[in-house]
Amino acid sequence: MTGTITINGQIVPFQAGQTIIEAATAAGIYIPHLCHKPGYTPHGSCKLCTVNVNGRNCSACTFPAVDGQTVINNSAELQQDRRRITQMLFVEGNHLCPSCEKTGNCQLQGVAYYLNMTDNHFPHFFAHREMDASHPDILIDHNRCIFCNLCVRASKEKDGKNVFAIAGRGINKRLVVNSVSGLLKDSDVSIDDSAVHVCPTGALLIKRTGYQVPIGQRIYDHRQISEVALFAEGSHEQ
Amino acid sequence: MSNKIKVATTSLAGCFGCHMSFLDIDERLLTLAEVAEFDRSPITDIEHCGPCDIGLIEGGVCNSENVHVLREFRKNCKILVAVGACAINGGLPAMRNHIDLEDCLLEAYRDGIGVENPQIPSDPELPLLLNQVHPIHEIVKIDYFLPGCPPSADVFWTFLTALVEGREPSLPYELVHYD
Repeated sequence: MTGTITINGQIVPFQAGQTIIEAATAAGIYIPHLCHKPGYTPHGSCKLCTVNVNGRNCSACTFPAVDGQTVINNSAELQQDRRRITQMLFVEGNHLCPSCEKTGNCQLQGVAYYLNMTDNHFPHFFAHREMDASHPDILIDHNRCIFCNLCVRASKEKDGKNVFAIAGRGINKRLVVNSVSGLLKDSDVSIDDSAVHVCPTGALLIKRTGYQVPIGQRIYDHRQISEVALFAEGSHEQ
Repeated sequence: MSNKIKVATTSLAGCFGCHMSFLDIDERLLTLAEVAEFDRSPITDIEHCGPCDIGLIEGGVCNSENVHVLREFRKNCKILVAVGACAINGGLPAMRNHIDLEDCLLEAYRDGIGVENPQIPSDPELPLLLNQVHPIHEIVKIDYFLPGCPPSADVFWTFLTALVEGREPSLPYELVHYD
């Protein structure tokens, strides 16, 4: 089934099976997101892509486009909700941007800039999270994990390996590695795996690649994530 | 009586980098000096903050004195501004937050490499350390936030000129950075 939906009053065509975010991206409309990535099974966990569909809020990455839908993406209320969600992500982990080599290239940061987030609003958790630097080429800093599941999905769907999983619930939720020791060095992960290149934050890093581009000249230092995402994800779908 | 706006600044658990960046507005300081005067700040060496229009706070809250100074600023400043990463989220000083305070002190003053005459400082003149470093919005209400480590001179200039001219401050995309 094909048809049209309206997003912010604009008529947008969709193909059978497309979600709202896929239809929006194809039409050049950016909906903020972190756990969504074209070509990956939708996860619907970050809730940044919350839009209002026919009067009801839902995740644009999991909600199918249906003929005649009225979608609101740009209301002040939605932007405020998204800002609060992003602030929650910042206070739940330990996101100290000046000490992170991903800064400027970080999608979490890019979304926060896009939403004009200047503070974290909530009290910080300052959760105690470990680092796993055991692997010779790959580093996990759990302080920066936002549980978007992209590495989990990439390892399973793209690499065919099942290296990563999310264990526990609520505040005890954590990224775990499939090895006897629980350490990355004892898993069958490889530096060429999609899973270690897909992280939207600085949680999964490739060693000895940081600071090749100086701070101030990185992706989101000058270009809004809306522009970057539409270019990358729009071309991906073609 | 002067009709200039009164500005106070202080550094709590910070490195003074935000103050240095403020000074980077360079010759624009002269323009600012025509409409603003400083109360407590590193420039004036005034010990206590008096009634002010704008208070700029750099750094997070790591000890009892920081709490005291911050509350004094909140009491005296009409507009209180969190300046820089440390004031906003604890910044680099907050990297000690997952380490037990006793372990921190022992490593710094007794067990660390190169420590001579090891002892934990305990003079009553010294402010007591808090268990964790906190962003300042967890202690008092903050009116505006200037992100960055440090915020650039243009951030200070854009923000202050808007306030002086009675406009609602707003930072363009290029000036919002967390690093």
